[in-house]
Amino acid sequence: MHRMKRRGDRAVEELNKAVEVEKEGLRRRQRNNRIKQVLTISSPIFMLLIWEVLSQTAIIDPRFFPPPTKIIETLVGMGTSGELFEHVQVSLIRILAGFLLGVIPAITLGLLMGMYSAIRHFFSPLIMALMPIPTLALLPLILIIFGIGEFSKIVTIAASVFFPVVINTAAGVTNIDKIYADVAKNYGANPTDFFLKIALPGAMPVMMEGIQMGQAIALLTIVAAEMIGANSGIGYVIWMNYKAFLIPEMFVGLILISFFGYLFSLLLRGLQSKLIPWK
Amino acid sequence: MQSQEKIQVNQLTKVFFKNKERVMALKDINFSIKNGEFVCILGPSGCGKTTLLRILAGLEKSSSGDHRIHASRTNHPLQSMVFQEQGVIPWMTVQENVSLGLRMRHVPKNHIKERTKTYLQKVGLTPYADLYPKELSGGMKQRVSIARAFANDPEILLMDEPFAALDEQNKFILQEELLSIWEETKKTVIFITHSIDEAILLSDRIFLMSAQPGTIKDEVKVDLPRPRQMTQVRSDPKMADVFLKIWNHLQTEVQESRIKSER
Ligand SMILES: Nc1ncnc2c1ncn2[C@@H]1O[C@H](COP(=O)(O)OP(=O)(O)OP(=O)(O)O)[C@@H](O)[C@H]1O
Ligand SMILES: [Mg+2]
Repeated sequence: MHRMKRRGDRAVEELNKAVEVEKEGLRRRQRNNRIKQVLTISSPIFMLLIWEVLSQTAIIDPRFFPPPTKIIETLVGMGTSGELFEHVQVSLIRILAGFLLGVIPAITLGLLMGMYSAIRHFFSPLIMALMPIPTLALLPLILIIFGIGEFSKIVTIAASVFFPVVINTAAGVTNIDKIYADVAKNYGANPTDFFLKIALPGAMPVMMEGIQMGQAIALLTIVAAEMIGANSGIGYVIWMNYKAFLIPEMFVGLILISFFGYLFSLLLRGLQSKLIPWK
Repeated sequence: MQSQEKIQVNQLTKVFFKNKERVMALKDINFSIKNGEFVCILGPSGCGKTTLLRILAGLEKSSSGDHRIHASRTNHPLQSMVFQEQGVIPWMTVQENVSLGLRMRHVPKNHIKERTKTYLQKVGLTPYADLYPKELSGGMKQRVSIARAFANDPEILLMDEPFAALDEQNKFILQEELLSIWEETKKTVIFITHSIDEAILLSDRIFLMSAQPGTIKDEVKVDLPRPRQMTQVRSDPKMADVFLKIWNHLQTEVQESRIKSER
């Protein structure tokens, strides 16, 4: 009787120990995650601190590298005057419109290219030949055709977004395992169903990577385009202040670009996990 | 029902060209299968079993000869296939996979719902209806494949080694589930397998195929009463003879194909 009880006690003890070990493991993982989070946040802060110190002590030239505190001060000043807001708004509208104007035809053509080899063979050489030309090199031509107005900037962005998206979409479709096409065919999918239920969702992961790339290129393009042929926008802010040697103001433009780039890729990352819940 | 014959295959031949080399995958295949029959096909690897099934499934064209699947009802698909590899579509949930055929045929929504529910239940996947395949085990994925084929309510079912990748335990369970669904629905089934035990357990008739070029060499009737159980199949002395006969056939075929490939 006593022995039994003792044995039972021991079993409970063992179980408790196992639970303790797992709990400890969980705590360790949580701690590790917290350390990683701290590292992620602290690295930019650390860099800004060094920058601040180097600039304040004039080890690096504060005329070209004004201390971050100064840049923030300038940002607040420009922000309250309201003028900065307008430039940001103009740039964002251009990016959004250009992005959509590039992405929608790119996805459509990419899906068609992926599904029909005749279309693929017809368009591939054209795309391969046009892709290496930087859109910015075409900017003078675009300005001549579409004028100095808004539309020329939107077209520039659209053209540069188009290529990575069309290529990735087509690749996404052609990389879908043949067995899924067989399954769809065997279960009687018509072309529309095949397009919507197999080709589009199957191509989604690779396609989203193309869109991520397109988003990065759109930002690079808009800044450069606004530097050359515009009198508004974040790129214009950077360029004008540089020419006027208002370096802190120029840095405000750079920081805005960096901020929006980060924001967009976070948004797209979120969209990706919404659109591809099965990965 | 006018005709008892459900599937008829006449002088079916299939030749593949692989960079100028000719592969005779199937040669002069002839058979007919009655309505409600369960037929297994056994043969060495590469003898053209999958090719035969793909031709019946309309995914491949025969080089010569013809085949017919007799329809007893209109508005129903002729055949549905359970694929050898993983044919469960990763971007559709369990539920969406099972209802695939019904959705592709655009049958009424409530009908889809009802049939999907029934078959999810029959294969025990109701709690997993909204999961994606990545979250399923191998056995569960095969259940999805089978439920999808049955839910589509075709005239015949084509199954290409559906249990090959499963462990013994899961295989037994799924074989039993398959048999019980089959006994309810009395569908005509062609089932490919490499397992002699499985063939004896499931079929009314077993076709034995030769190595390349694939032909149907022999046919074995299995007249065990149903419902059957593996233990009963294993202990039946008559079935031991059948097992041995099939075993010997496969041995010679495998050896022959080895000699051929060495030449
Ligand atoms: N699309 C194809 N193109 C060229 N050759 C093919 C094609 N499909 C199959 N074959 C050839 O036809 C023969 C039969 O192949 P099949 O897949 O039907 O064999 P199987 O009996 O199903 O083999 P396993 O038991 O290994 O699944 C093989 O020699 C194979 O290489
Ligand atoms: Mg096969």
